Amino acid sequence: MQRRHALATLAAAALLSLAGGANAQAAKIKVGFMLPYTGTFAALGNAIENGFRLYVEEQGGKLGGREIEFVKVDDESDPAKATDNVNKLIKRDSVDVIIGTVHSGVAMAMAKAAKDSGTILIVPNAGADAVTGPMCAPNIFRSSFSNWQPAFAMGEVAAKRGHKKAITITWKYAAGEESVNGFKEAFEKNGGQIVKQLTLPFPNVEFQALLTEIAAAKPDAVYSFFAGGGAVKFVKDYAGAGLNKSIPLYGPGFLTDGTLEAQGDAAQGMLTTLHYADGLNTPRDNAFRLAYAKSYKLQPDVYAVQGYDAAQMLGIGLTAVKGDVSKKAEFATAIEKAKIDSPRGAFTISKAHNPVQDIYLRKVEGKVNQVSGVAAKGLADPARGCRM
Amino acid sequence: MDLATFLIQCLNAVQYGLLLFLVASGLTLIFGIMGVINLAHGSFYMIGAYMAYALAPLVERSVGGGFFVTLLVGIPLAVLLGYVLEWLFFSYLYERDHLQQVLMTYGLILVFEELRSILLGDEVHGVAPPALLAGSIPLGDLMTYPVYRLFISAVCIAVAAGMYFVIARTRLGMRVRAGASNREMVQALGLNIRLLYRIVFAVGVALAALAGMIAAPVSSVYPGMGGQVLIICFVVVVIGGIGSVRGALLAALLVGFVDTFGKVFFPEAAGVLVYVLMAAILLWKPEGLFKAA
Repeated sequence: MQRRHALATLAAAALLSLAGGANAQAAKIKVGFMLPYTGTFAALGNAIENGFRLYVEEQGGKLGGREIEFVKVDDESDPAKATDNVNKLIKRDSVDVIIGTVHSGVAMAMAKAAKDSGTILIVPNAGADAVTGPMCAPNIFRSSFSNWQPAFAMGEVAAKRGHKKAITITWKYAAGEESVNGFKEAFEKNGGQIVKQLTLPFPNVEFQALLTEIAAAKPDAVYSFFAGGGAVKFVKDYAGAGLNKSIPLYGPGFLTDGTLEAQGDAAQGMLTTLHYADGLNTPRDNAFRLAYAKSYKLQPDVYAVQGYDAAQMLGIGLTAVKGDVSKKAEFATAIEKAKIDSPRGAFTISKAHNPVQDIYLRKVEGKVNQVSGVAAKGLADPARGCRM
Repeated sequence: MDLATFLIQCLNAVQYGLLLFLVASGLTLIFGIMGVINLAHGSFYMIGAYMAYALAPLVERSVGGGFFVTLLVGIPLAVLLGYVLEWLFFSYLYERDHLQQVLMTYGLILVFEELRSILLGDEVHGVAPPALLAGSIPLGDLMTYPVYRLFISAVCIAVAAGMYFVIARTRLGMRVRAGASNREMVQALGLNIRLLYRIVFAVGVALAALAGMIAAPVSSVYPGMGGQVLIICFVVVVIGGIGSVRGALLAALLVGFVDTFGKVFFPEAAGVLVYVLMAAILLWKPEGLFKAA
């Protein structure tokens, strides 16, 4: 029995290699996922991969007429290992396309490697402005957002709600600073004033000292950028300190996305801005949600959408070049011209390859981030520093 | 900064310092007294926090108790875990050099993180504080202070007092100290040092898990939470003087103050101030604030 099994395997392997040799054109496209599969962002990495695979499956396992083969590297959200990890995909596995990642610091190293090697890179989350700013390149795309986008939209919302003086608080790292700067730009343009910018070292979650500072300064509003466990703790501590009763807390959607179960009552009624929301109730989003829930027995989140759209963008590019990834210029032009039919609502890709998209205003109701309007329509990142 | 704000900040500092002590207390035993470099200490803390999250619904269903019953169930489980771990792994490490201890305990971190991921997933979860302590007291005109945080401080003080008493004033503590300074001699005197160490280790694990369970309602539970407390725990134990409970308490409070006021006055340098403090103290007193009791 075992012997027969072994023989069958051998025969299959021989056939496979024959097929491969006979028709090189039909070789699979190698897609390398470089995502966090362990650590704080593990759930995000899995959602992105799930979303990506869902779209590929919907297309019958093929994009641009070629079958897709996946390889995976766990980036551990560790910038120190990022260059080694991305080179594993580029040099060892010689992938055609890289999908990654969540952490901005890691994504920057990936962008640099992709720029040098010319490998196509689609960033399915990391919001570092620089990826589609100074680091922009013809072969680098983003299916998610820039940190500037939801922050800028929130700055306008906060100013329009009549707040004059605001305090910002975030971790002292690039993503936090970019987000705060985006908020500040819009808030001050619309007549507001940032009276204090508080920071604490990443990933410190001991907020009590800074909450006391906020209480002493008595601003009209607070804008904060935190994610994951830090977001949960900050929102809870903010409510625990009683500040939510007198000073509204705003932030980009990551403050309340995937964290509501843990935040409980502390987050109720909070307003955040993001390019996705619960309850969009469009046929496109409903279909996506149903398909995702069926495939993975999970509700999709914004990360799943970004993964799904990364696959859509790849599909558009590959279709245009008929599966020939070496035609980089045509690949890029096709994506730049496309309208991507995303569950979040259709969006286009800017010259710098960042989505031009609606930013929703969302309100926390129970366990969902219910959409309550569009905070900024067709918002494009200014792509500062991009020469392309 | 006016006086009221200053006093609230002092309260924050003390409260954070006490929490640090609670988290580091188990490490004082395992690293400080037994001399094992235990990188897995953060994992024990994480296990405690996840117990507070995962055991609560089970306890609720089977015995009908809340947070405190969960604590009562969780602590014996942690002692048991520590006992078994010492028996299976750590008992082989005492004679080995530090590098091997680092390797094995680092391996344990990976194993525990993966087990956590398989068993409970990678989501962030909240743990509700017990209803009895869910309120908050007003502080100044805007702020309130959660009662639960004061409860944490009270637990920390109780643990500190208990540890100091057991180690410095009881026969068991005397044997532990004797074993720490000369293992062979204690053995020659007819004491079962293996059992003694097994118990001390189990208690150290239980303290870390207790810290995790108590801290869970304020910190929430999330992947990688153990790694965040690990380094600061070593800082506290090293500043305090290896093996000294008094030193660890004082060091934790010191770190609490430096961290709190550092964030307020020197936000640019807040990340390194604690380590500057450690370096300064080690230059001044290379063995830490207190020599082992």
